[in-house]
Amino acid sequence: MNVEQLLFALFALLTCAGAISVVICQNVVRMAFSLIVCLASVSALFFLLSADFVGATQLMVYVGGTVVLLIFGVMLTSSSTLLQIRTSPAEGFLAAGIGVLFLAVFSFTAWSVDWDANSDRIARVTAVDVPPQGYNEASSGNTVRPLAMAFVGLRPDKGGNAAGYLLPFEIISVHLLVVLIGAAYLARTKRRVSADTQNK
Amino acid sequence: MSLILAAESLAEIIRDTLTECESCSVAIAAIIHVALVGAFFGLPAGIFIWAERKVSARIQDRLGPTRVGGRFGWLQSLADGAKLVQKEDLAPAAADKFLFRIAPYIVVIASFAAFMFLPFTDGWSAVSLDVGLFLLFGMLSLEVLGVILAGYASASKWALFGGMREAAQMVSYEIPMSICALVPIVMAGTLNLNEVIHYQSADWIGVIPPFLHWNVFHPVAGPAFVVYFVCATASCKRAPFDLAEAESELVAGFLTEYSGMRWSFFFLAEYASMFLVSAVAAILFLGGWDDGFGIVRSLKGSSTDVLAPSVILGNLIGAAVLMAKASKLVLLQIWVRWTLPRLRIDQVMTTCLKYLLPMACALFLAAVVYPIALLVWTGRPQLLPRLNNEQVKAEVLTSSEVEVKVAAADGEVIQ
Repeated sequence: MNVEQLLFALFALLTCAGAISVVICQNVVRMAFSLIVCLASVSALFFLLSADFVGATQLMVYVGGTVVLLIFGVMLTSSSTLLQIRTSPAEGFLAAGIGVLFLAVFSFTAWSVDWDANSDRIARVTAVDVPPQGYNEASSGNTVRPLAMAFVGLRPDKGGNAAGYLLPFEIISVHLLVVLIGAAYLARTKRRVSADTQNK
Repeated sequence: MSLILAAESLAEIIRDTLTECESCSVAIAAIIHVALVGAFFGLPAGIFIWAERKVSARIQDRLGPTRVGGRFGWLQSLADGAKLVQKEDLAPAAADKFLFRIAPYIVVIASFAAFMFLPFTDGWSAVSLDVGLFLLFGMLSLEVLGVILAGYASASKWALFGGMREAAQMVSYEIPMSICALVPIVMAGTLNLNEVIHYQSADWIGVIPPFLHWNVFHPVAGPAFVVYFVCATASCKRAPFDLAEAESELVAGFLTEYSGMRWSFFFLAEYASMFLVSAVAAILFLGGWDDGFGIVRSLKGSSTDVLAPSVILGNLIGAAVLMAKASKLVLLQIWVRWTLPRLRIDQVMTTCLKYLLPMACALFLAAVVYPIALLVWTGRPQLLPRLNNEQVKAEVLTSSEVEVKVAAADGEVIQ
């Protein structure tokens, strides 16, 4: 068992422990903390798989997102501090059913992959050399450059005419912009002209 | 071997010289890295706590510590630490004990983890990644989480107010800070911090000294440096943005219920992250390990042997230069803290959302447009004549390739 397998076991265990603890805990903030343990361990798993950009994004987006969730969880749900949330048995059964179904789908997918056929591809991806310093080449496991190139529609790693992701990237960007404007429109302070005039 | 153990080069050296065992060499290299980064994490924090006391005393026309360890009170931080270790480890009866106990560790570990990505000198960084800066900011946002948890778990209104203020402040100041950090990134075309420094480091061209290539002297990146530094001060909860612990209104904010070692962990993390954001400012805008007169560059020359005396000397000077720049910026933060009064929470938000954020966006836009405009009018994307970016990259790439080959050749000889 080498260091990587040891680390994988550790972080996989932490991911599962965090996820289970989110379900079991009854306190909003403890749930949020367990969620962060779970998501941060997933980001560590991404690093172990040499997907450094995805790992960093996982950390940045989910930790930041959970902090905002935490603020709203504390400000909007609890009238007193350290509030307990209780779930009814029916909700528990429903959630357990969905969870088991998800597990079935995931295990079916994982078992149906022909790992032997893809072993040379996996070996090529994981066996990377990290240059000791300075400029890291795109092929050496540093995934930012190829990802950025693919987003603007260039795939130098797949040959000249391979399709990139420019259109999906633009669609998602415009979608996010629409969501932002919509949120700003909904959240803006409404002017109550009639109320003011009545007060006067 | 994957990126998480990017102790690659040191691990290889150890495997070739000391032991054949792969896991052992990786473990030994990791321990050496952690010890070195830990020294850079702990020592500056201790020194700056002493400096804060001395500088604040001088600003207020006092003497500050004068007894412990000689005339200037050098050992004051150590004495403080010894005092804090002896204190009782208290937790309020109403607190969420588990989160209350774990929050200081989150803060310290997040701050420490962010140090891994700092290039202390050319090639001397624990982890050199292409996402270096991005990951560093991700780690810094983890630190805020610890503060919010501490504020909530204390079950005290002062602490909760402090935690909520910190959350609001972080969510808004993170944006202009990241956008301003993007300005040098756009100019250098990389997120790798060491490469950003390589972009700013140059040789003498006639009578033009190399420090004019630092980003701070760039017409767009110069103002971005100022905006970044203001936001960085806010992100460290330093006055005039220390609303999270505002002692005149909130007793001590999120720190109210803490004492002893757990309290000092927060303190340690605060000074360490002051040093961290200052070092990032020095790397992005002030040329990092580049001394500005070509000394490090000429010492290192084009030598490819990492263990040659001149290269090691150059690297040591580079590390000292980076430390000096970062320390100057920390002293600036201390000076600002004891000079300016604290803002109100609404003023803090106004400063960020109405002034810093539009400024950051305009600067980012300018950073994209400026090289294009210069290219149209003068024919080259910078004002100063210099090597272009591709040449710099190619140079670095070949030197690292040669090093790998040299290391491989050494391994063969030993075997």
